[in-house]
Amino acid sequence: MFFDPANYKHPAFKEGMRDIFSVAPGIWAWGLMTGVAMVQSGLSVEVSTAMTLLVYAGSSQLAVTPMLVAGAPFWVVLATAFCVNLRFVVFSMHLRRYLMPWPRWQRLCVGYITADMSYVMFTRRFPEPAADAAGQRAELAYLSGNCFLNWIGWQIASLVGVFMASQIPGSWGLGFAGVLALVGVMCSLSDSRLRRVSAGVSGAAAVAAFALPLKLNIVVAIAAAVAVCLLLEDSPLAGEERR
Amino acid sequence: MRDFGEFLLVLGLGVVTMVTRSFFFMFKQELPFPTWADRGLRYAPIAALSAVIIPEIVMRHGALITDWRDGRIFGAAAGAAFYFWRRGQGQAVLGTIVVGMAVYLPLHIGLGW
Repeated sequence: MFFDPANYKHPAFKEGMRDIFSVAPGIWAWGLMTGVAMVQSGLSVEVSTAMTLLVYAGSSQLAVTPMLVAGAPFWVVLATAFCVNLRFVVFSMHLRRYLMPWPRWQRLCVGYITADMSYVMFTRRFPEPAADAAGQRAELAYLSGNCFLNWIGWQIASLVGVFMASQIPGSWGLGFAGVLALVGVMCSLSDSRLRRVSAGVSGAAAVAAFALPLKLNIVVAIAAAVAVCLLLEDSPLAGEERR
Repeated sequence: MRDFGEFLLVLGLGVVTMVTRSFFFMFKQELPFPTWADRGLRYAPIAALSAVIIPEIVMRHGALITDWRDGRIFGAAAGAAFYFWRRGQGQAVLGTIVVGMAVYLPLHIGLGW
């Protein structure tokens, strides 16, 4: 966690911050528009502020906002948030191998603040989990630094959005900067043929399955892309990822 | 009393965030993990990003766009082109955002695309 000196004094902490800083404008714009969207959809400033500070998951905040406004039953709202967050469950399966050496409270803290971008950057920086204590410390420090700057930037931008909602019309399209940040990170991941196949299959599947409720199209798309890539690993197309 | 209920719900949503993000490392218990799943995780990060952004670029109101006059396509294409041009030269992702917005905003605000 970022308040632990063993993490924030480690050189990898700064490295993590530097990496996330490269997408900072996208995070700020996206956080800002999430704040604006919550208030403009009819949520009170108080509840929007609490959502920003406590929930810290843009897509699920936006998904449940109309349900909160309409006064939907608690369990329906919580189940919706869970489904929209299902991709994080996939990420946690991946991160388990890196985080198990640490005590549970540290795992829960770092898990809570690890959003999409930090997960992607972390697994890009550390393709394999370290086997020794020094390597594991470097991993945790990197992830803490990355998540810390992501969290601060998102919180500030979102709160600005909540309090200035009436001055920032959604029609400007500033939120598109968040999509562009993800486009850039996606390009940086497309370093093998099968990964490019994965991106193509997943994008097409997400569009085709868009009608599914609760953003489940994202989970379906990830499953389809991973399945196709696993099937292609033995084919000549696989190239460098051949088994 | 409705406000108090809303805050409880928001607290619950925070717990959902923590549980989903920590799902597979909350408990020490060893999980049976087939090797194919292990390999499959190499393709998961890029698939997740693609699944999130492609609909944001090529769909509108829940349907695939049929009109090419859409600022998002040009913005995303310009951003990606910039990335591959500047790849490996530092801050290529930052450039993707800046170039993409420089193409998107004039089209979107100026021409209404």
